[in-house]
Amino acid sequence: MSVNLAVSNDSKMSRNNRVKLRTEQLNLYYGSFQALRDVTLEIPEKAITAIIGPSGCGKSSFLRVFNRMNDLISNVRVEGCVGLDGISIYQESIDIVDLRKKVGMVFQKPNPFPMSVFENVAYGPRRHGMKNRGKLEEIVERSLRQAALWDEVKDKLANSALALSGGQQQRLCVARVLAVEPEVILMDEPCSALDPVATLKIEDLMRVLIEDYTVVIVTHNMQQAARVSDMAAFLMMAEDRAGVLVEYGATSTLFTNPRDKRTEDYITGRFG
Amino acid sequence: MKGPRSSRQLSQRAAFGLLGLATIVVIAIVSFIIIYIIANGAGVIDWAFLTQPPTEAGKAGGIFPALIGTFLLMLGTVLFSLPIGVSAGIYLSEYAKDNRITRIINLAILNLAGVPSIVYGLFGLGLFVMTFQFGMSLISASLTLACQALAMVVTTSREAMLAVPREYREGSLAIGATRWQTIRHVVLPQAWSGILTGVILAISRAAGETAPILVVGAAFLVPGLPQSLFDRFMALPYHLYTVAAHVPGMPKGTMWGVALVLLGVVLAFNIASAVIRSRSGRRSHS
Repeated sequence: MSVNLAVSNDSKMSRNNRVKLRTEQLNLYYGSFQALRDVTLEIPEKAITAIIGPSGCGKSSFLRVFNRMNDLISNVRVEGCVGLDGISIYQESIDIVDLRKKVGMVFQKPNPFPMSVFENVAYGPRRHGMKNRGKLEEIVERSLRQAALWDEVKDKLANSALALSGGQQQRLCVARVLAVEPEVILMDEPCSALDPVATLKIEDLMRVLIEDYTVVIVTHNMQQAARVSDMAAFLMMAEDRAGVLVEYGATSTLFTNPRDKRTEDYITGRFG
Repeated sequence: MKGPRSSRQLSQRAAFGLLGLATIVVIAIVSFIIIYIIANGAGVIDWAFLTQPPTEAGKAGGIFPALIGTFLLMLGTVLFSLPIGVSAGIYLSEYAKDNRITRIINLAILNLAGVPSIVYGLFGLGLFVMTFQFGMSLISASLTLACQALAMVVTTSREAMLAVPREYREGSLAIGATRWQTIRHVVLPQAWSGILTGVILAISRAAGETAPILVVGAAFLVPGLPQSLFDRFMALPYHLYTVAAHVPGMPKGTMWGVALVLLGVVLAFNIASAVIRSRSGRRSHS
């Protein structure tokens, strides 16, 4: 596989973005199995950070640390520091509901609710207490426009979301997250179930979203990471199968001039 | 070469033949029962039979109070078993940790379904009729049947909730909905048809029960309909049992007529539950 090295030239990194998310000496365990070891990195605001690495290296587990989605799994244990805007999100006083309002998530498989398109987008605001129909309509339209889906669905807002194509469903899921006005959007391999055209649409969407949001994406697809991300983190399994951070830096550097031999091997397709 | 191959085909044909025969036997038995009951009972069923009270110890007149009694009983069973059973099912699927105690509870609930119905009857007699002083009454019988239905309602509710894909829950939780909001707005709407199926099956089974209501409140002949929850009542299965076993000179047609009405009530509920299930199945796959 030859990697497309034409990384985004308009890298937002030049703006010297401030740190939005941060982990320090993060260790994550499922029971006695350690899934992540000593991961320390800082994710800049209003940029796309890609998490890459072979299957099973803990990419998704890592992503799910930031909205505490791992909490749903019993006997999961997180050690170390995870911060959002400098505030530890694993301290007692953190309200998980508030955290997840700020840190939204788009999943690997499009998972619109079996409801109408409108109700899917209105779901979040409704749960957070918005009752005004006019305001809801406004939010739904704005979110669908932001997710580049409005023109395709404006005439079928009342139709079931399950009737949309896979790519539309995924953009609907993005709109559903945008409707609660988060600060960070986590994307867990958002394109792996989509065709190339739909994939490009989601990627274009990500580039637009970072005007206002911080995006962290887990991806298997090297070209995708190279195409869309500003920063890239390469995770890999250590001998005991725990995920470790091998290299982290600007995407342009990581893909053209990796510091670590293992990174080079991976991005040039020699393993993984 | 040809020998073993044809003998293999022969044994295959024999196996299919036997299995097919068994299926035919099952179908034959079921159809025989239904056809026999219809053939013998359909003749006596008319509007008067369904709307008149019995006279001459059930030998003449109709079955109106027994029919109404059975409907009231089903209604009471739903009212008492649905809220508790569905709530417990939600708790067990959504909140209870997956540990040994939960597994033991689930197993215990499954086993409740296997307790013989007369044991529920005696339990109802001890608890509702005597301890709570509800007497032999509609409410005692409803509560007793509700206890019996609980096992099935809890189990099917729990399974219907667990069948809702995890992705829906995650999608909801990930945009800051609470667990309860997620259950209320995403999981329950998806699980409702499954829950309803279980509830309907449970009450249609309750409708056919004879033994438990015999000891907690059903009566063979009651003048008029029950006026309150604490009155005794008539019910189809018990009426059938009495006319079939205890009334000498009972016209055969009347007896089979009662059986046919009871069968019709139970079948109607079972078909309703099958329709609900197949409809929801189609919706979620579209």
